[in-house]
Amino acid sequence: MIPVLPTPHLSSRTGAWRMLRPVLEAEKCNGCLVCWLFCPEGSIRRENGSVSIDLDYCKGCGICARECPRRALRMVEEASFMGEGGGKLA
Amino acid sequence: MRDYRNANEAVALAVRLARVEVVAAYPITPQTAIVEEIAGQIARGELDAEYIRVESEHSALAACYGAAVAGARVFTATSSQGLAYMYEMLHYASGSRVPVVMAVVNRGLAAPWTIWTDHQDSVSCRDTGWIQLYVETAQEALDTALQAYRIAEHGEVLTPVMVCLDGFVLSHTEEVVEIPRQEEVDSFLPPYRPAYYVDPERPAVFAPGMGPDLYPSYKRSQQLAMEKAREVIKAVDEEFGALFGRRYGGLAEPYRCEGAKAVLVTLGSVTSTAREVVDRLRQQGHAVGLLRLRALRPFPAQEIREILGGAEVVAVLDRNCSFGLEGAVCTEVKAALYGLARQPQVLGFIRGLGGQDISQADIEEIFQHALSFSPGRR
Amino acid sequence: MRIEELREEEFVCGSFACAGCGAILAVRLALKVLGPETVVVTTPSCLLGVTTFYPQLAFKVPCVNVPFPATAAAVSGLVAGLRRKGRENVRVLGIAGDGGTVDIGLQALSGALERGDRFIFLCYDNEAYMNTGGQRSGSTPLGASTATTPVGRGAKGEDRPKKDMLRIVAAHNIPYAASASIGYPADYIRKLEKAVKAGGPAYIQVLTPCPPGWGYRSDLTVHLARLAVQAGQWALAEYEEGAWRVKEVSNPRPVREYWALQKRFAHLLQESGGEG
Repeated sequence: MIPVLPTPHLSSRTGAWRMLRPVLEAEKCNGCLVCWLFCPEGSIRRENGSVSIDLDYCKGCGICARECPRRALRMVEEASFMGEGGGKLA
Repeated sequence: MRDYRNANEAVALAVRLARVEVVAAYPITPQTAIVEEIAGQIARGELDAEYIRVESEHSALAACYGAAVAGARVFTATSSQGLAYMYEMLHYASGSRVPVVMAVVNRGLAAPWTIWTDHQDSVSCRDTGWIQLYVETAQEALDTALQAYRIAEHGEVLTPVMVCLDGFVLSHTEEVVEIPRQEEVDSFLPPYRPAYYVDPERPAVFAPGMGPDLYPSYKRSQQLAMEKAREVIKAVDEEFGALFGRRYGGLAEPYRCEGAKAVLVTLGSVTSTAREVVDRLRQQGHAVGLLRLRALRPFPAQEIREILGGAEVVAVLDRNCSFGLEGAVCTEVKAALYGLARQPQVLGFIRGLGGQDISQADIEEIFQHALSFSPGRR
Repeated sequence: MRIEELREEEFVCGSFACAGCGAILAVRLALKVLGPETVVVTTPSCLLGVTTFYPQLAFKVPCVNVPFPATAAAVSGLVAGLRRKGRENVRVLGIAGDGGTVDIGLQALSGALERGDRFIFLCYDNEAYMNTGGQRSGSTPLGASTATTPVGRGAKGEDRPKKDMLRIVAAHNIPYAASASIGYPADYIRKLEKAVKAGGPAYIQVLTPCPPGWGYRSDLTVHLARLAVQAGQWALAEYEEGAWRVKEVSNPRPVREYWALQKRFAHLLQESGGEG
């Protein structure tokens, strides 16, 4: 056994750590991509001038909401999404 | 071609003949002539290799590790304090299973300061997961360095090798050395084809972190590789012998042990002195023999049981001390003999520390002591 | 540089870094500039722990882990090995934290810089040994409370100024050395691009705030990285072809504003009665 392992290899989705969930108000967003730039996890998707949030690895740090120049992102208690689908991932 | 060479020059020749691709080394007495000669070979265009002039031994082995995971055949050399300074990287290289070959020009460790030979430096590193081969002559240094690449790079071994040679006695003393031709060496030692190397097409983590669930299995595989190395060392020595006409006994080399009542166990250059003493004592009718351990890791326990099991007394000559116990090789020989129905008495002798000369008279005295010892049968 | 021009592809994702980790953001942006033909060499630190501990391996590029003092030495080996194997196209990126750079990694880094190999060394500076719980390093700023420079009777936190690593590096006369901050991404990315184009060793020391280590809420990471510069606590400097350039701060802020947001400086505010 040689200690060389293929990467990436992700066994858990760190989105499960999240206490606060970023919620995008699309009508306020002008696609400036500041949130995409500053997301430590690379959890913001960008396509055709707009953004969406991939919650699998979003830890809910809140940098995107704080840095958004148009306040188009809000951090919402994760617990309020329970049972709505898209909640905490294993 | 035959010419005068000391063991340092012989090792540098082996590096050239092995077509080593990356060398990283830091100078230390008495290793310096190896790295100077390699630098000269590169400067003269005789060796096409990268020479990384590192700022320490720790960095020397770290650079070898980096070059090895890039897929290159690598070499380094050190002595004494330098080997001690590498200690952390020794475990790293063996645990990562990179086939580094390193010449260790044996020298005692400070304090007090010494530049002369003993085996404290490499024996202190016997648990680092490296194969350790101790040579007797400059010729064997050259031949063993070539064999070392075959052993280290063997797919089921992938374990780094130290080629240990006594400082000054071997490193700075010339003898007639048969220098193999490049074509012969090429047929013995093909280019290194790593199973794993850094490749952005197949990204991997080299030496990832492991939890208690996995770590032990990787460590066990190192032990299994060492076990495998026993047969590989023997097979490579045989194959080398068939090609070049020189064999070194694989893991351990007995000399006149047939019917021997007292057998001396040695490592390294002192074996040549002991051989002459054995010849003289045999001539005088004493039933004495000699067993040179070529490998300290993997330890030739089976060979020791077979060769020493019939002796009445075994004298172990250690050029090291495991402080608080005895010579390290003595302990290991005893452990190898453990469980035999008829066990020889084992006597330990620590001699030759810090370059103290070991003369024929010293060895004869050890044999006389061993012969006069009335062995208690247990 | 426009944001759209950065690679969309992520080369580090799913790490076990803390929420709001500045270091992982710095590495993420660096790999976007360097691209997929890169090998990362890294050392025991937060980064190694959160990206290369099986079963959570977060890099999409090869990563070689080495002992703490050895980052730059292994980098030299990789550069030589790749060159010998005709694969110089693979960029070698050494990454270490401040301890692994300015303290235990200094000797190997000095050797590699002086040898002139072509590589990039990224020091992510969170100003203490954060992976082991926040002990002071040579890069801890004056006055900061850390696990080994605690505040108490007669003790006011770190009592030595931060090591001036950038000038130490520049003294090796390498083609490019710079300090950057994740609060100024355009500046950071421009410096990474220069590092890629440098004909020899390039060094970037990037300020990466650490929520648990500095004691602040995770959403403030970028804000603090910006405020550090505005409050004169971090310079955006550049050493290129023997000349220094330092970015002028456009809207300076009082240092107490920077201190007030972090627990590690809380005692300084109490002492100055909040006047800073």
